[in-house]
Amino acid sequence: MTQNLQITAARPDPALLDLPWDIPLISWPDDVLAALPRGISRHVVRFVRLSGRVLAIKEIGESVAHREYELLRRLNRLDVPSVVPVGVITGRRDANGERLEAVLVTEHLQFSLPYRALFSQALRPDTATRLIDALAVLLVRLHLVGFYWGDVSLSNTLFRRDAETFAAYLVDAETGDLHRELTPGQRNYDIDLARTNIIGELMDLAAGEMLDEEVDEVGIGDALVERYNELWDALTGAEYFVADDRWRVDAHIERLNRLGFDVGELEMTTDIDGTTVRIQPKVVDAGHHSNRLFRLTGLDVQENQARRLLNDLDSYAAATGRQNDGEQLVAHDWLRTVFEPTVNAVPRELRRKLEPAQIFHEVLDHRWYVSERAERDIPLPEAVASYVEDVLRHRPDEKALLGLPPGRQPSEDDPESDYFHLST
Amino acid sequence: MATVTFDKATRVYPGTERPAVDQLDLHIEDGEFLVLVGPSGCGKSTSLRMLAGLEDVNGGAILIGDRDVTDVQPKDRDIAMVFQNYALYPHMSVADNMGFALKIAGTPKAEIRQRVEEAAKILDLTEYLDRKPKALSGGQRQRVAMGRAIVRQPQVFLMDEPLSNLDAKLRVQTRTQIASLQRRLGVTTVYVTHDQTEALTMGDRIAVLSAGVLQQVGTPREMYDKPANVFVAGFIGSPAMNIGTFDVTDGRAQVGGASLALERAVADGITAADGGRVTLGFRPESLEVVSAGSEGAFDVDVTLVEELGSDAFVYGSLKNGGDLHAGDSNQVIVRIDPRDVPDKGDTISVTIRPEQTHAFSASTGERLG
Repeated sequence: MTQNLQITAARPDPALLDLPWDIPLISWPDDVLAALPRGISRHVVRFVRLSGRVLAIKEIGESVAHREYELLRRLNRLDVPSVVPVGVITGRRDANGERLEAVLVTEHLQFSLPYRALFSQALRPDTATRLIDALAVLLVRLHLVGFYWGDVSLSNTLFRRDAETFAAYLVDAETGDLHRELTPGQRNYDIDLARTNIIGELMDLAAGEMLDEEVDEVGIGDALVERYNELWDALTGAEYFVADDRWRVDAHIERLNRLGFDVGELEMTTDIDGTTVRIQPKVVDAGHHSNRLFRLTGLDVQENQARRLLNDLDSYAAATGRQNDGEQLVAHDWLRTVFEPTVNAVPRELRRKLEPAQIFHEVLDHRWYVSERAERDIPLPEAVASYVEDVLRHRPDEKALLGLPPGRQPSEDDPESDYFHLST
Repeated sequence: MATVTFDKATRVYPGTERPAVDQLDLHIEDGEFLVLVGPSGCGKSTSLRMLAGLEDVNGGAILIGDRDVTDVQPKDRDIAMVFQNYALYPHMSVADNMGFALKIAGTPKAEIRQRVEEAAKILDLTEYLDRKPKALSGGQRQRVAMGRAIVRQPQVFLMDEPLSNLDAKLRVQTRTQIASLQRRLGVTTVYVTHDQTEALTMGDRIAVLSAGVLQQVGTPREMYDKPANVFVAGFIGSPAMNIGTFDVTDGRAQVGGASLALERAVADGITAADGGRVTLGFRPESLEVVSAGSEGAFDVDVTLVEELGSDAFVYGSLKNGGDLHAGDSNQVIVRIDPRDVPDKGDTISVTIRPEQTHAFSASTGERLG
């Protein structure tokens, strides 16, 4: 082989060398591929299985690859939900010594759902709205850390289930840039582009008859702008009150907590005679509930899943009369006697369908329904058994929901065929 | 259509002292294709983003036509960023892919169709309008993206390194397409690149920036033939110009073993600050191989010969000392007759063709004479 490969990675996996880098990505043999992506991308992208992981490989110009790799690393360090970069590979040559494009390798986000997958399933009518809510939160979080995206869209985002909502992750940072702070011009451009792209993507789903005819594409695009602005104002806006109303400081912080954010720094100023107080959050961090649950139990879950689990923990403390015990101790007992037995009751072969915290959330919902139907309190073990048989068993595997199976290309009149469910 | 004016436009990032763009004065004519070029960090992208409304302007103003847009939101500036995003929608026809932004804006259907058809004609996409994007080649998909911007009929197109993520072949192809398309459309265009070849081949005029400061603006020919300073001289041209700083005695520069008479205007331009030295530059093609000992000749030790078929270049070092090198390399480059190439290790004698020496102040780097 005439190649002189350079792998830039924080922790290079030697198994990467076994992949056929001397072949253009588009011609990689089916036996190394886990799946082909769906839709039309401006770059060639393939999924492969390597050392028990699924990796996404994208052919892209060398400087752009290094740039995107660095950006993704910085976003990860800033704790912004985004895909994890694995590395950049350059110096590829084919058998005739011709140069081949550099590639960017990222880790596939387990249990993530591309928006097209969500729309090809039977859907709750408000799915589009819930996706938009998740994207608005992601965009606000990115803007808070100074990231200008430059290409916000549903297809550049992956979604994970988060209790009854979704959590959004950034997938494509090619056009992005990290600044100390964004100007209003940059934020507005991102929002405007997001609106246009989302409406375009929904119109495309409508053209492919994957969207309910009732759905108003432009209305959903406008909803993103509205949700973003509400959240941005709540998180960064100032509040004024008379000096006696000091309770408003706590109320302000609690309001942000309910939105899922912790206040890292709050600026407080008074006017000259001290009658009016002005407060404005300077540093806010996402993950109020998930951080708290993590501290108490070590469980690392999405924000709304954490909210649900914490509520159940509170009910547990009340039901067992332990509101006055140490919170950590109670949490430990809840984990051991409630959470773990519930998720462990799910047969191993069904665990690829949903994440444990999502299963727990759905079991709680399910218990509520069956209890109501039976007009008695159904104990958790009984609810789990009924959930597994009546609900979970009929759900698709979502652990690695990728694109099309290798070797199958969608035809012209059917631009996208069914998803391929990968088993690792 | 509109002119674009940067009027002492300045951008200072919070927490930094040196402006990223320092009092940029630049007037772009209606319909002109202007390329902003310079090395990484020179301020070219920042300048473009200031025009787009993506960067605050901390001093001066930016005008599109007669309208001061300094504080106008990006979407209200009537500009289009091209190629930033060209995801194509698989279920929509090529026509819908091009016109969907107009549909969102509430443009009447008949008008959308008309604008899309006009754009498709210019882009050679007419026969594909009712097909799905899957049927298109890579280059045609690029043109659909361009079509999206065209149908909006903006006053100015902005392009920020649009070719950087294309492979080499498609890059050259698309370069030509963009340039000819821009000329047909006649829409004022500001294009950013770090690649001086791209700049020379595409722009009506080029503006070279370095460290946030505009160095020179002019036609590709002017930039090449009459660089305003050492930076532009070294940046424009491939292979790069040979540049060195030499002692001057009695109006003659001592280059290797040769003593070269300076033009009167150059000699008169040397000041005390220059310390009796002058910076000279000459392009690889301005050197001529002559027999040893010829009048005004200096010697170059050959370290490498690069044969490119129609062209050949010698890479070497100046004999008898002296710091003379092309661009970032530490070598002298000489274009030679591809049918008469020396061997590695040989020494060749060269002279500079008449009137092809560029002279710059040794202290300020500004052009002399």
